[in-house]
Amino acid sequence: MTVLLFTLVLLAGAVLAGFLGSLTGLGGAVILIPLLTLVFKVDIHYAIGTSLIAVIGTSSGAAAAYVKEGITNIRLGMFLEIATTAGAVLGSFLIVYTPANIITVVFGFVLIFSAVMTVRKKTLHIETEEKSKLAATLRLNSSYPDKGEQIDYKIMHVPAGFLMMIGAGALSSLLGIGAGAFKVLAMDNVMRIPFKVSTTTSNFMIGVTAAAGTAAYLHRGYIDPVLTFPVVVGVLMGSIFGSRVLIGSDTKKLRVVFSVLISIIAIEMIYKGLKGH
Amino acid sequence: MDQKSIRAGQDKDMEQVMGSLLRYGVILAAIVASAGGIMYLVLHGGNLQPSYAIFNGEPEQYKSLSGVLQGVKAWDSSSIMQLGVLLLIATPIVRILFSILSFIREKDYLYVIISTIVILIIGFSLFNGLGG
Repeated sequence: MTVLLFTLVLLAGAVLAGFLGSLTGLGGAVILIPLLTLVFKVDIHYAIGTSLIAVIGTSSGAAAAYVKEGITNIRLGMFLEIATTAGAVLGSFLIVYTPANIITVVFGFVLIFSAVMTVRKKTLHIETEEKSKLAATLRLNSSYPDKGEQIDYKIMHVPAGFLMMIGAGALSSLLGIGAGAFKVLAMDNVMRIPFKVSTTTSNFMIGVTAAAGTAAYLHRGYIDPVLTFPVVVGVLMGSIFGSRVLIGSDTKKLRVVFSVLISIIAIEMIYKGLKGH
Repeated sequence: MDQKSIRAGQDKDMEQVMGSLLRYGVILAAIVASAGGIMYLVLHGGNLQPSYAIFNGEPEQYKSLSGVLQGVKAWDSSSIMQLGVLLLIATPIVRILFSILSFIREKDYLYVIISTIVILIIGFSLFNGLGG
């Protein structure tokens, strides 16, 4: 295969990954890693480095819009970024001592978890009573605009949420993903944050977390310009296109179909990882 | 205006600038990477694609800021692509630096400290030689 053909095929794959990732809310990386490793036969370390860079691009692009709308809880994001970036540094150490086939197996399980998270029924939490002293001290309680109204909410279980974010950060750099599903789980179910705020704040943190991971990977030579260029540009184009389509469309069916598809890929990765041992 | 609404107003300003900062960072990075990419394809598009199946690590010149900048000076297309990548990594980092400045302006020293801790962690990741 020539360089030109390889780049174009990879670009097309990345556009598709970005498109589906933004349409389903799963993010481009969960599609990108299997695409790179299973289809393009790229070593998992290169795949992780490349994917993390794409994650920075898509999350920063999307965060730009959410931040301007005032939905993102910037203080909460900044505070939890201590946990996610520390976790990312931890993950970038772990990757050195983790055999490639184990990474593949872990990735498979995370993929299944993410798929389940996208089809689960969302319940809206809005806590109005102040229950956490720490949340008040850190000024994490805030409000967000919804249908022209400013809705106040309070945050619970700050230390538990913080600990879960360390785990999410570690998974982000270990697997080259945004780990949004884990961040949202911690914020929705543990800290009891309204999901509009939790999804946008999670997205806000993803870019910084991925930057902490890639900073280490750049030095180790995981980031190849020839791989990264088509992937980053493709995923960005795909996700911009996806977010345009997303407005006003019902994606429930698509999310279900896609979750099943993702789970099949996940099982293939787990099988491959276990067999490779 | 009372203290609380002044701070809310300053938060609004911060949100607007932060949003633009992220957007233009990503656009700039994509433009630079694409320029390098197109140059690379024109020069090497007909070559045989090397395999990525085995991890060898990147050559030294793509692993550090100084190496990449040297390559860019010599109009090396891969270095220009890698510069785009570095700009992308820098985008969220610049966002944190900007929030430190905003929190200083708001006299919200608790968050000046919190943002600084985040920067230090990323700095540690960027400059430590641990883990190979």
